[in-house]
Amino acid sequence: MTAAVDIERLAGSHIRARHAGFWADLWSVAGRAVRRLPREPETILPALIVPVFFYIVNVGALGPVAEQASGLDFKAFQLPVAIIFAVTGLSQANALVTDIQTGYFDRLLLTPIKRLALLLGLMVADFVLVVTLTLPVILLGFVTGVRFETGVIGILAFILMAAAWGLCFTGFPYAIALKTGNPGAVASSFILFFPFAFLTTSFMPLEFLSGWLSTVAKVNPVTYLLAGLRALVMEGWAWAPIGKGLLAVAVVGTVSLSMALAALRGRVRRG
Amino acid sequence: MTDYAIVAQGLQRSFGDTKAVDGVDLTVAAGEIYGFLGPNGAGKSTTVRMLCTLLKPTGGSARVAGHDVTHDPETVRLRIGVALQDAALDDKQTGREILRLQGRLYGLRKLEIDQRVAALAELVDLGDALDQRIGTYSGGMKRRLDLAAALVHNPQVLFLDEPTTGLDPISRAKVWEEVRRLNEVLGMTIFLTTQYLEEADQLAHRVGIIDHGRLVAEGTPTELKRKVGEDLVVLETDEAELAAEAIRRIRSLGSAAVDVQGDEVVVRTQDGAAAISPVAVALARKKIGVRSLTVRTPTLDDVFLQLTGTRLDDEGADA
Repeated sequence: MTAAVDIERLAGSHIRARHAGFWADLWSVAGRAVRRLPREPETILPALIVPVFFYIVNVGALGPVAEQASGLDFKAFQLPVAIIFAVTGLSQANALVTDIQTGYFDRLLLTPIKRLALLLGLMVADFVLVVTLTLPVILLGFVTGVRFETGVIGILAFILMAAAWGLCFTGFPYAIALKTGNPGAVASSFILFFPFAFLTTSFMPLEFLSGWLSTVAKVNPVTYLLAGLRALVMEGWAWAPIGKGLLAVAVVGTVSLSMALAALRGRVRRG
Repeated sequence: MTDYAIVAQGLQRSFGDTKAVDGVDLTVAAGEIYGFLGPNGAGKSTTVRMLCTLLKPTGGSARVAGHDVTHDPETVRLRIGVALQDAALDDKQTGREILRLQGRLYGLRKLEIDQRVAALAELVDLGDALDQRIGTYSGGMKRRLDLAAALVHNPQVLFLDEPTTGLDPISRAKVWEEVRRLNEVLGMTIFLTTQYLEEADQLAHRVGIIDHGRLVAEGTPTELKRKVGEDLVVLETDEAELAAEAIRRIRSLGSAAVDVQGDEVVVRTQDGAAAISPVAVALARKKIGVRSLTVRTPTLDDVFLQLTGTRLDDEGADA
């Protein structure tokens, strides 16, 4: 048995634990979460397939009618919708709940890790994921003939704006995960996706909506996000819709991330 | 002056109206293996969670490695290593990834992590499995990796919460061996909770027995057993109360204590060999049928029985 020899190697060790610091902690948590992404393809594949499916079906089924009625380039009009479908609701919240249930979250709390890094590290991985998922959708847009009025910088802005939205939305499932530690509750948070994604200008411009749907769409932040993203694709650097889009992201982010941080404080409060 | 690794004074923890830990006082000297023994729900894990800074005490105080767990938890975390119940690991990572992550979170440099992972990998004897995902590990392998993860940063005090619960006898013996070596070679203080009497008896220099949130006895295993008496005469019968009454009337047994526990009668006496004959005769005279009659030295379970009125073995598993 080698243990006798090796425990003496441990005995000779002068290593002492110290605080790694916030950024090192953040990087460590993010690294673990990013490593896990390709190991759980079952959680990523739907996020890849759903937007592509909706884009093809919407453009194929509604495109000719919508273009005739509104004079819009419906492919360009739908590209931001596909992006929103790709990036909304994706998070490491399920993995976080698993950590809570298995006790691994407690193991992390036993280390001198900065508590905020436990949440923000996961969000760094989410950012990597949502940016990655926007790429095939944009590629599909190019293949179908969509061109960006804002050029390459506009494409980057488009990706970052969509990713910022995706990241802000993760606050909701993280808040539920940290508050409840219940995988069922986290899974049900997906329901939030539907009013945000469908009670808006997903299929038609705002002026074509009527009645209650129009009223709801006007207070739905996704309406302004879509307008900002569409401006980048179809109009150019139209700062008014882009600014409103960013403001909508900021409002949702403030609410969701405040909830997530409050839930984190509750979870790490030591009972 | 004794250098204490752990000092708890009047430590309390309530959950609503329930007092899970009710005024525990204990001291653990540096370099000692302390066995914290108790049945399911006695307060073992709650005490460990307070000492490890996962849970705030609702009363009393505790110092671990010289630092207060309530007021200076961050420094305590730097000094302790913890393996909680059920080997808390991430099935999607490899053993090596878990150890390296632990090292980074404790602020170790890359070279330090390389050294520690190399030494620990061989200590816990995981071989090539270290580069496989933890989801493929057996229960024993997970426990050993969990132990290695608790040791990455070279802690002064190691907490092991029921380290062998659910393990097969071979894996259990392996963990015991590693715990002994860590203590003997590194001089590491080890606070070990267990519901296994044999584990406390084999490993611990001193044992604390907790029941219903209170520390009911503390001492070396030998000291605790001595409190029960030199020898025990144990008999099993369907008429335990009648048998106990008959034994209490035996004059030659003097002040020997006679207790009934279910269908078992336990006679604590200074000389078991001398007691067994009059006991057998007294039972025969009263025509009391006996399934077994044995003489043995006390175990920690007998200590537990004397202190709490129940046997630890009857209490079920897993605190």
